[in-house]
Amino acid sequence: MKSRLKVALIIPCFNEEESIFSLFSEIKNTRFSEELVITPIFINDCSNDNSKQILLDRFIEFIDLPVNLGIGGAVQTGFKYALRNGFDVAVQMDGDGQHPPSELQKILNLIINNEADVVIGSRYLTKEGFQSSSLRRAGINYFKWLNKKLVGITVFDSTSGYRALNRKALEIVADYYPDEYPEPEAIILYALNGLKIKEVPVTMRERQGGSSSIRTYKTVYYMFKVTLGTIFLYIRLKFNGKRYSL
Amino acid sequence: MENVIPYRLQIIAITMALCFMFFIFRLIAKGKLREEYSFIWITCTALLLLFSFWRNGLDVIAKLLGIFYAPSLIFLGAIFAIVIFLVHLSVVNSKQHRQIKDLAQEMAILKKKLEEEENPKKD
Repeated sequence: MKSRLKVALIIPCFNEEESIFSLFSEIKNTRFSEELVITPIFINDCSNDNSKQILLDRFIEFIDLPVNLGIGGAVQTGFKYALRNGFDVAVQMDGDGQHPPSELQKILNLIINNEADVVIGSRYLTKEGFQSSSLRRAGINYFKWLNKKLVGITVFDSTSGYRALNRKALEIVADYYPDEYPEPEAIILYALNGLKIKEVPVTMRERQGGSSSIRTYKTVYYMFKVTLGTIFLYIRLKFNGKRYSL
Repeated sequence: MENVIPYRLQIIAITMALCFMFFIFRLIAKGKLREEYSFIWITCTALLLLFSFWRNGLDVIAKLLGIFYAPSLIFLGAIFAIVIFLVHLSVVNSKQHRQIKDLAQEMAILKKKLEEEENPKKD
């Protein structure tokens, strides 16, 4: 029998009181193939609603951040934890219920078969499920173009936060992970570190509660920040040949 | 050289520069200012003192650089110094940002480990 694969399911949550428990029970009720041991770990990023109380009352495993670090810092906490505690794979998943646990097996299969180091669950490969607004799609097309230009790979859903990373990838993200809106930037990080990236089509849902970290009035800032971050990360990795550290 | 600045003004300038220097030294002595920052401030006060004593200094340097209106040299120098210092502070700030993030993550992971040890899981 093959040895079992320990999977840390990292779920950052900032004020997700409405969706935490339903997401947790959904994960518990989802059946995965036998070689997988799935451990959901919530990262409470200093929520100021009842998120923490719910996590405590329901005896859900979680990491409690002492200060609010934002999505990037919260996810990285999970990556560091997974790396140090001997997990083979870490999957990041949104805390708002957009990412259905039923699709997890599909994402993990590519890691199990050693086909990729990073697997991104993409909602645009097939036109099914929740497709998000046209403005966001325009932004995603722009990032697709930017990634293609910089590292020559095409990622259809570069803002998707439903991703699986093996240990090779975890070593890299434990060292450096972008802070704000990390997803598009992280693709450059993976690509330039020579990791194999694959996308699998997943069906996403509309968020169950809470609000997106990307609001309309922030879109301009978002595009600007991510473009800058992406280009500078590219320059840093390309010409210094080293990973970034301050 | 003709008298460019009245003596009264020079005395005020020297007194001010000395007071500023004393203030900086006191901050360092009390440990409220780290040495790496104090270096910049000591240089600033030294420059202030230098130009308080060397009365024609500004004119001489302005002439050397071909600046027609000498006082504008002060603004040029001061704004340049301020901008450099602000960039320096941003660099320090970014470094601290990363350090705080690392500390918070470390603490959160340790807190979890501690809890795991205090209440071992009953599976």
